[in-house]
Amino acid sequence: MAFEGLADRLQGTIKKITGKGKVSEQDVKEMTREVRLALLEADVNFKVVKQLIARIKERAVGQEVMESLTPGQQVIKVVKDELTNLMGGEQSKIAVADRPPTVIMMVGLQGAGKTTTTGKLANHLRKKHNRNPLLVACDIYRPAAIKQLETLGTQLDMPVFSLGTEANPVDITKQAIAKAKEDHNDYVIIDTAGRLHVDENLMEELQQIKADVKPDEIFLVVDSMTGQDAVNVAESFNEQLDITGVVLTKLDGDTRGGAALSIKAVTDKPIKFAGMGEKLDQLEAFHPERMASRILGMGDVLSLIEKAQTNVDEKQAKELEEKMRTMSFTFDDFLEQMGQVRQMGPLDDLMAMIPGANKMKGLKNAQLDESQLTEVEAIIQSMTKKERQDPAIINGSRRKRIAKGSGTSVAAVNRLLKQFSEMKKMMKQMTNMQKGKKGKGGFKFPFM
Amino acid sequence: MGFMDKLKQRFKQDEETKEVSEKYQEGMTKTRNTFSGKINDLIARYRKVDEDFFEELEEVLITADVGVSTVMDLVEELKMEVKRQKIKDSSEIKDVISEKLVEIYYGEEDKSIQHLQLDGEGLQVILVVGVNGAGKTTSIGKLAHQLKADGKNVILAAGDTFRAGAIEQLEVWGERANVPVIKHSEGSDPAAVIYDGIKAAQSRQADVLICDTAGRLQNKVNLMNELAKVKRVIEREIPGAPHEVLLVLDATTGQNALTQARTFSEATDVTGIVLTKLDGTAKGGIVLAIRNELQIPVKFVGLGEGIDDLRKFDADAFVYGLFADLGINEEKEEGE
Repeated sequence: MAFEGLADRLQGTIKKITGKGKVSEQDVKEMTREVRLALLEADVNFKVVKQLIARIKERAVGQEVMESLTPGQQVIKVVKDELTNLMGGEQSKIAVADRPPTVIMMVGLQGAGKTTTTGKLANHLRKKHNRNPLLVACDIYRPAAIKQLETLGTQLDMPVFSLGTEANPVDITKQAIAKAKEDHNDYVIIDTAGRLHVDENLMEELQQIKADVKPDEIFLVVDSMTGQDAVNVAESFNEQLDITGVVLTKLDGDTRGGAALSIKAVTDKPIKFAGMGEKLDQLEAFHPERMASRILGMGDVLSLIEKAQTNVDEKQAKELEEKMRTMSFTFDDFLEQMGQVRQMGPLDDLMAMIPGANKMKGLKNAQLDESQLTEVEAIIQSMTKKERQDPAIINGSRRKRIAKGSGTSVAAVNRLLKQFSEMKKMMKQMTNMQKGKKGKGGFKFPFM
Repeated sequence: MGFMDKLKQRFKQDEETKEVSEKYQEGMTKTRNTFSGKINDLIARYRKVDEDFFEELEEVLITADVGVSTVMDLVEELKMEVKRQKIKDSSEIKDVISEKLVEIYYGEEDKSIQHLQLDGEGLQVILVVGVNGAGKTTSIGKLAHQLKADGKNVILAAGDTFRAGAIEQLEVWGERANVPVIKHSEGSDPAAVIYDGIKAAQSRQADVLICDTAGRLQNKVNLMNELAKVKRVIEREIPGAPHEVLLVLDATTGQNALTQARTFSEATDVTGIVLTKLDGTAKGGIVLAIRNELQIPVKFVGLGEGIDDLRKFDADAFVYGLFADLGINEEKEEGE
């Protein structure tokens, strides 16, 4: 892994204080330093980190942590709470104008993903809200940007309005809205050209469009991989345009995405959506809590927090470990695990956390995503109790039945069965590995 | 003579370097404003070089995306140097800072690695890779224009068959730079496009073939495998090729740039970096982080949207650009 998660970072300090009856202020100082480094490595802006650390310190020196039996875990919990608070709740609502069409304007730096997001948003509006959007190509600068939007329009079978590269963006939007009224499009999504926040001329162009068409929403599209500069970009766009929301793109990558935190902190505007892939249906509501875990280094932290919060989970984990060792892990357990996994965040990250998973044949190309998970769930739920306990009995006709019941194909069922057996094999290898190294105990199910 | 003076001396030598440094200064105004402004401010506030000074310096560097571990290394070295040279006054440390930055950049290697290695016999192939939206296609357009101006016979291969409009975008650049573009239709196999590109370049006896590829996030195993396959096709057709594999990085990217550099290198043996959008950002510090941790040289930087705004990277000019406001501007004018 490129970065150490917060939990790894805190290991050393935690070791030192385990067994100590009391945690000193010096210990807390050391821990907050590690927290600071972890956040910085996740690209959270410096100023934001400073504010956060101040609050975390305040809470950490308080009784909450000092008197806890597990101060290290408590610190992580405090940090996560603060991050989640800062990021606010889930808010993926889109404005509806009193009189249609509702106008949405997409703005951002070059290469952030505005055009693709425009297409995804249009798709989302149609599928989830039963709307009928018109896309407007206002990027007259980048070569073939209009063509790109038109291609997306064709793929989605949606109208795209453009006046070529010679027209003025303000005119384009005006005419587009008139056209939308005529054709009864209830949403208009304006794809503007990418621009640097320091480019005064182009920023003025956006202000003109805004003044003219009075959009109901202005979404700032930000690349989730953005570094420390995210603050300046967001601040500047927000100051000049008073944006109404943020779309974070490329979150299917392996960036920690600290930029999300920075943007929220400086603009106080909600992050509404997250781009989770290159396909047009891969736009999701933004989950602040998942993001908090991700910034901190994902599952390792979660597992610790869960332990800190309840002991029941620990018991479950023990049971699971036992099942894995005895190879009695069934599809029922698998289903239960998946439920927990789905609450944790992006699956690619989880896969990356499984030791050696990349090298494991059959898993390497598994490429799980959320929609596939839904499929897998459907398949398992279409199995009988007996089949779930003993997959070996699933023969050809049973496969057909399961495929039919789950609305998938026999190939999909076969794939899942194969993956399941690979997984069991892997578990065996891992438990063996673990035994060889440490004897017993300490083993955690990879998803936890 | 101080280190900055030496740098300054270098830029007075001839017109060409002067032009380079002016372009850097112009393009990096924003970068410089925040970066050197902050260091100036820091130095003004701290007369003495002490722990607090270093802590704030750490902040300035991290804010420039230099990266936590590189900053820690750098500050550690600075502390030693300060002790060794017995520096007490903060104004004296400017030189030491810029010197260290250049040192990190060059490391053990010589400066020739900054330039494209395209002097071999026969067709030279450049493969261009990177994540989505980094600026691959635009950089290829600019690079083609530059090589063409150097008298090379250039052909482009439109290997981004995935993104809508990508092929058309490259074609527009091909027209602007006046070089032919080899393409298939959208959705076709990129390796096949590249193969055709090679064949076309060979039969037309081109000097350089530049291969565009679709943007991909480095954690997508399948897409990275596809890229490795493209590279294998090139290797098979022309022994020793690709002669350059350029990774295009967005200068506003944070620490993920390191992972990008590492993973793309594993798949395609990246030989150099093109750092784009450096004109708008307060950053670019990631250049140092990559150099420090991965030893991949930056070969070009994008300093603007014009076709001429892709510049050969010059570490001296880069650092000079960063520090140009640190009280040496007036002297420069006097010298002219």
